[in-house]
Amino acid sequence: MDISTTKDTPLPSTPPPPAAEEKRAARGATRPGDRIFLGLSRGSGIFLLAIMAAIAVFLSYRAVLAIGKDEGNFFTTFEWNPTGNPPVFGIAVLAFGTIVSSIIAMAIAVPVAVGIALFITHYAPRKLGGPIAYVVDLLAAVPSIVYGLWGALVLVPQLDGLYGWLNDYLGWTGIFEWQGGAPRSMLTVGILLAIMILPIITNVSREVFRQVPQMHEEAALALGATRWEVIRMAVLPFGRSGVISASMLGLGRALGETMAVAMVLSSSFEINLSLLDPGGGTFAQNIASKFSEATEMGRDALIASGLVLFVITLLVNGAARLIIARRKEFSGANA
Amino acid sequence: MAKRIDVSGLNAYYGSFRAIEDISMTVEPRTVTAFIGPSGCGKSTFLRTLNRMHEVTPGGRVEGKVMLDDEDLYGAGVDPVSVRREVGMVFQRPNPFPTMSIYDNVAAGLKLVGTKKKSEMDDVVEKSLKGANLWNEVKDRLGKPGSGLSGGQQQRLCIARAIAVEPNVLLMDEPCSALDPISTLAIEDLIGELKERFTIVIVTHNMQQAARVSDRTAFFNLAAVGQPGKLIEIDDTERIFSNPSVQATEDYISGRFG
Repeated sequence: MDISTTKDTPLPSTPPPPAAEEKRAARGATRPGDRIFLGLSRGSGIFLLAIMAAIAVFLSYRAVLAIGKDEGNFFTTFEWNPTGNPPVFGIAVLAFGTIVSSIIAMAIAVPVAVGIALFITHYAPRKLGGPIAYVVDLLAAVPSIVYGLWGALVLVPQLDGLYGWLNDYLGWTGIFEWQGGAPRSMLTVGILLAIMILPIITNVSREVFRQVPQMHEEAALALGATRWEVIRMAVLPFGRSGVISASMLGLGRALGETMAVAMVLSSSFEINLSLLDPGGGTFAQNIASKFSEATEMGRDALIASGLVLFVITLLVNGAARLIIARRKEFSGANA
Repeated sequence: MAKRIDVSGLNAYYGSFRAIEDISMTVEPRTVTAFIGPSGCGKSTFLRTLNRMHEVTPGGRVEGKVMLDDEDLYGAGVDPVSVRREVGMVFQRPNPFPTMSIYDNVAAGLKLVGTKKKSEMDDVVEKSLKGANLWNEVKDRLGKPGSGLSGGQQQRLCIARAIAVEPNVLLMDEPCSALDPISTLAIEDLIGELKERFTIVIVTHNMQQAARVSDRTAFFNLAAVGQPGKLIEIDDTERIFSNPSVQATEDYISGRFG
C-alpha cells in the first residue's frame, strides 16, 4: 500500500470533527446540572453588579441636578437650605458628624469586641463562653429603633455624671469641654453606635480567633509563652485581617445608622469641636429627619448627601482591603 | 547546659482515660533517646509530659515525678511556662508562625524572655540559624515570611526557634514524618550535631531513623486498644535492634506487628 491509495481511501477512523464540537470536546462534557448552576450563579453575580450600578446612576443623576442649583459650595457650606432662594446647602457638617461619631464608636467598640471574642474563645470555660456568645448574638438581632429608644430614654439621662467627669479632668483639651447642655451630643451618639456595632465585630472576630490552628498556639506555648503571649504571638496576628474585616462591617453600620442617631442627637447645622456639646448631624440622620417634609429640590439635595455617604463607605472598604492585601504574604493563608 | 531527665512512676490521663501507665526512665545529658512503638501507645503523650504540654489538652492530667537534674517539673509552685522555656519542643508538622518573618520566628522565644538589644538579637538569630543548618539558605531573606520556605526548611526553622532560647532539653515529636527523604536526612544530621549541646528526646515511627540517630531507644506498647500505653524496655539502641531483652520488642522491630 503506498501513500496515494491511503489518500483516496480514508482510514476507517473518525473524520476530523467540526470546529465547534472540537471546542466543546476540549472543555469536556458538561452536564445539565452544571450548566444550570453556572447560569444561576453567574446571573446572581451580574444581578448584584446591575443593582450597584443602578443605585450609583440614580444617586448621581439626582445629585447632579441638585448640586447644579446649589449657590453655596456643596463641600464647605455650613448650611442646609435647599429650598431657599437661592438654594444653599453643603455637607461639611454632615461629613464631620458622621466621621466623628463613627470614629468614637470604633474606638470604643473594636477593643471591647476583640476582648469579648478573646474571652469567649481563649479564656472562658466552655460553660460560660457559650451563653456569652449567645447573648452577643441576641444583641445583633435588636432592631436599631429599639437601641434608639433605649438611648434616648435610658442612656442619655445617665450620662451627666460621665460628662461632668470628662469636663473636669479633660475639659482643657477642648474636645471634652461641656457647657452643661443635655448630653445629646456626638459622644453619646458614638457610645450608642459602639453598642450597636459591638455584636457584629465580636461575632466575626470570634469566628476568626476560633480558626487559629492549634499548632500555632502550641508552638508559642512550647516556647514558654504565657496565655497572653500566645494570644499576642499566634492568635492576634493570625486574626488581624479578620478583625479588620469585622471592624469594617461594624463601621459600615455606624456610618449609615439612621434612627438611633436621629433619636439621640439634638442636631443642628454647626460643627462643634467639643464632643460633649449638643449639635452637628450625620448623613443618615439628616436624611431621615428631613426627607418626609422635603420638596423635590430638597429631596435631590438629600440624595446628593446620600451619594457622598455612599462614596465614603466605598472608600473605607477599599482602604480596608488595601490594608489586608498589603500584608497578604504574612496572613497565614499560605501556611 | 544539657540536663539529665529522671522520670519515675509517671501516669498521664485524658479525663478519666489513663493514656500511659507507670513510666520510669532516665535520659542522660548529651544523648539522643528515641521513643518507638505502635500508634496510640502513648509515646507522644509521654513526650508532652516532659515539658508540661500534656496538660494544655482539655482534660489532660499528669501524676508522678519528672526531675530535670534537681528540679521537679511537677513540683508544687513550678510554673509550666518556665518549664517550657527550659525544655524546647519541635512538632510533627513544621509550625513556624505564619504571620512572622524568618527572623522574627527565630527571635520569638528571645522576645519572651526579654532580650531587647537588636545587636544581641541579631547574633542569637544568626547563631541559631547556623546551628540549625539553615543560615546559608535564608540569610538573604530574613525578612520574608517563614511559611514561604519548603517543608524541610520550615522544620529546621522551628528547630532554630527552639534552640535560640538555649533550652536544656530538646523534645522532637516525629519531626521528619511530614518531610521528604532528603530533608529528613538533613534533620538527622542536625540531630547528631545538636546532641553536643542538648539532651534530645525524639519520637519516631521510623525504626531506621531511631537506629541512625539515637544512642538509647525506648520501646512503648499497649496491651490492647483502650488500654494504657507502657514502657516495655529502654536500652542502648544497638542492643534494642540486635538483641532486645523482651520478645515484644523483637517482634515489633522485625516487623511481626505494628
